[in-house]
Amino acid sequence: MSTIKITVTRYNPETSSEPFTQSYTIPYKEDMVVLDALNYIKNHVDGTLTHRWSCRMGVCGSCGMMVNGDAKLTCATFLRDYYPGEVQVDPLAHFPVIRDLVIDMSDFMDKLLEIKPWIIRSEEKPLEEGEYLQSPDELNLYKQFSMCINCMICYSACPVYGHDQSFLGPAAIALAHRYNMDSRDEGQDQRAEIIGSHEGIWECTFVGECTRVCPEHVDPAAAIQRSKVQLTKEYFLSWMWPWGN
Amino acid sequence: MPISLPMPEEMSHDILIVGGGAAGLRAAIAAAEVDANLDIAVVSKVYPMRSHTVSAEGGAAAVLREDDSLELHGFDTVRGSDFLADQDVVETFIEKAPEELIQLEHWGCPWSRDSNGRISVRAFGGMSVKRTVYASDKTGFHMLHALFQTSLKYTQIRRYDEWFVSSLLIEDGKCVGVTALDLETGQLHSIVAKAVLLCTGGGGQIFPFTTNASIKSADGMALAYRAGAALKDMEFVQYHPTGLPGTGILITEASRGEGGHLLNKEGERFLERYIPGKMEMGPRDILSRAIMTEMNEGRAFEGEYGGYVHLDLTHLGEKTIDEKLPFVRKLVVKYVGIDPVHEPIPVRPVVHYMMGGVSTDINGNTSIPGLLAAGEVACLTLNGANRLGSNSLTECLVFGALSGREGARYALEQQPVSQNAVRSLADKEQKRIAKQFLEKESGKERVASLQEEMHLTMEKGCGVYRTGEGLQDSCTTLGKLRERFADVAIDDRGRIFNTDLRGALELEFMLEVAECIAHSALAREESRGAQSRLDFPERSDEKFLHHQLAYATPEGPRFEQQPVTITRWPPEERKY
Ligand SMILES: Cc1cc2nc3c(=O)[nH]c(=O)nc-3n(C[C@H](O)[C@H](O)[C@H](O)COP(=O)(O)OP(=O)(O)OC[C@H]3O[C@@H](n4cnc5c(N)ncnc54)[C@H](O)[C@@H]3O)c2cc1C
Ligand code: FES
Repeated sequence: MSTIKITVTRYNPETSSEPFTQSYTIPYKEDMVVLDALNYIKNHVDGTLTHRWSCRMGVCGSCGMMVNGDAKLTCATFLRDYYPGEVQVDPLAHFPVIRDLVIDMSDFMDKLLEIKPWIIRSEEKPLEEGEYLQSPDELNLYKQFSMCINCMICYSACPVYGHDQSFLGPAAIALAHRYNMDSRDEGQDQRAEIIGSHEGIWECTFVGECTRVCPEHVDPAAAIQRSKVQLTKEYFLSWMWPWGN
Repeated sequence: MPISLPMPEEMSHDILIVGGGAAGLRAAIAAAEVDANLDIAVVSKVYPMRSHTVSAEGGAAAVLREDDSLELHGFDTVRGSDFLADQDVVETFIEKAPEELIQLEHWGCPWSRDSNGRISVRAFGGMSVKRTVYASDKTGFHMLHALFQTSLKYTQIRRYDEWFVSSLLIEDGKCVGVTALDLETGQLHSIVAKAVLLCTGGGGQIFPFTTNASIKSADGMALAYRAGAALKDMEFVQYHPTGLPGTGILITEASRGEGGHLLNKEGERFLERYIPGKMEMGPRDILSRAIMTEMNEGRAFEGEYGGYVHLDLTHLGEKTIDEKLPFVRKLVVKYVGIDPVHEPIPVRPVVHYMMGGVSTDINGNTSIPGLLAAGEVACLTLNGANRLGSNSLTECLVFGALSGREGARYALEQQPVSQNAVRSLADKEQKRIAKQFLEKESGKERVASLQEEMHLTMEKGCGVYRTGEGLQDSCTTLGKLRERFADVAIDDRGRIFNTDLRGALELEFMLEVAECIAHSALAREESRGAQSRLDFPERSDEKFLHHQLAYATPEGPRFEQQPVTITRWPPEERKY
């Protein structure tokens, strides 16, 4: 039987003050993903190994981790891409660790709330009058930015977030952009104020790491770029016409 | 280290919703809109946007088009249910469905659109016309995120993310809250509330081969059952005809709705022999049986993970597949290593959905005052013996909203519950968890091994085809597994994010519900919808046109019967 060596960074604040690594050699099969390996260890070798997962089909966003240094969805990353080499699994970079491979993502949850990710309108149409019409082209303007699964992979790849945690970050800005681009929404100004008030966005130098690692091809870098252009436009407009435009 | 209890004043709400999937979030918003002063809590063992609603692909049904009618949606649902649905429930459902889907549109859900800007509809199994609204093939994902993001604007909705509910607090016969484990700290808390609404989803993890995520462990069903509420029609477990062998990843029915064909190893569209009138658009129970028969009679392919047939999309063309089924393409490329644009997809029936659940009335009330249920965990019953695809997401919205409002109204009439009243109950739960798991010294059973044995017996005895003998075996095995569970020892005795403990608590829930499924199936000596008994191949309206309510007793479930409500569609032979 083929085997593969998996090394995991472990950390339990109850019993150790520092993270340490632990290796496991487990049976290997062609169709195993990294998450299967972790589950194998958890079920058959060491029940204390701690990680998050749920759907095992790349859609719930729970299982983001560093695999040999790259941020990945472990349920969509095959061992065969590393075999016969070894696989090293670490918690997502740039986040505090709760335990083993479980990161604390409460910072993102706060940021999500901040950008007001819901349809904002001055007037609601009554339900009896049916849907808001939206052409396929209008839908396509924002569809891509609505695909984010909140897996946090872009944050762990973002150099700006790495040194400044006050940065709203790729996923949150992409989501704000998603609502801004939606023909049903009128909340642009409110969101612009929030996005503009965060320093980080000006530090983003378009390295585009977020877009490169995104498993859903959301392209947060484009969203950040467009938000910047929009903010600059508004800044100039308010400077030229301080009474509003 | 023992788990300690918090200060008694903490954590008290008007209405507490367990679950942050489509049903739970819809309920929370509905409750918030009943009265802005209501204090609402949503407790979920995962962040709400991770809930398994996220994985729903195909769509949500409602009558939105001129060529459709409520009558037709109603009849399709009742016929699909093999005449076991309660028809007053069906009528409410079809009437409210359209406004719920429009509401989601107003909340920003990116429904796919026709060129004139209207919401598109697609074909689905067992539906006479195109009435399934969709967001490409990630419908559940978009619905869940739209609901979750919209819920954020209601500041009166307080969330307990990654808290695991371990028991219901029942005081003087009323439900007055829950005990819940805060995974991050490992503390067990009591959260009191005037009303508790269970929206905990289904329990596909009871079976080995399932489309359901690891979190779908029937928790809510077990919680209610233990507290004395009835589980209804638990024998009806839906197999979806098209899952990927091995992983159980779902290939949505929409791929057949868009024109995909099922082929056996002779290249034959074998459904011709089973359901020529509907072919690939037949209901799931019939299609799953057809595939199993092809497998049993040697006309299926054989692979590493057993028999399978082909789902062929190649004639749809790359453009349609990319436009309508991009997620299917991505999943198949990733997990099977072939491209469905050029090659057929291997598929086989897979456990998908539970028609049964916590017995409720049309507003979500259970038999315990203050305890309600909605979504997949509940059984009202809308789906009877077989659910039609795309009725479930809509069910979560319609009955999530109704029961959210019902719970809110009920809560407004109740006196506040004090933590003192439940202190001894919470204490007892804390001791139970410590004694049974965290501080247990002996024990030689492993959670994972018991779970595997449960899987084996469920697949063997409670699968697509069942016999009295097989079911009896499952009942016996499950009884023994429950006894052996007492001897479980977990590896992890820590407090912080103890998923080993969570897994043990989930397995305990599943064993109880599994036993209920097996006994319910044994008691129903007929074939109807998803229950196919080889020893009783006919449907028997004389003997079994009723619901089975199961109540927990130390000797196993005790059954009562409840008549089916029939309003407009008298039972007849189920023909397609
Ligand atoms: C792969 C797949 C595809 C599907 N496609 C479709 C489709 O196209 N159309 C359709 O109509 N239906 C579809 N279904 C069915 C439908 O998606 C589900 O029935 C529905 O989403 C269930 O929603 P829910 O809100 O009831 O539960 P879920 O979304 O499962 O949410 C349950 C919630 O309860 C919480 N919870 C559970 N136990 C506990 C506990 N002990 N403590 C605290 N919290 C707890 C969870 O954290 C979660 O938030 C599909 C199902 C699957 C599996
Ligand atoms: S487990 Fe859901 S994305 Fe990986």
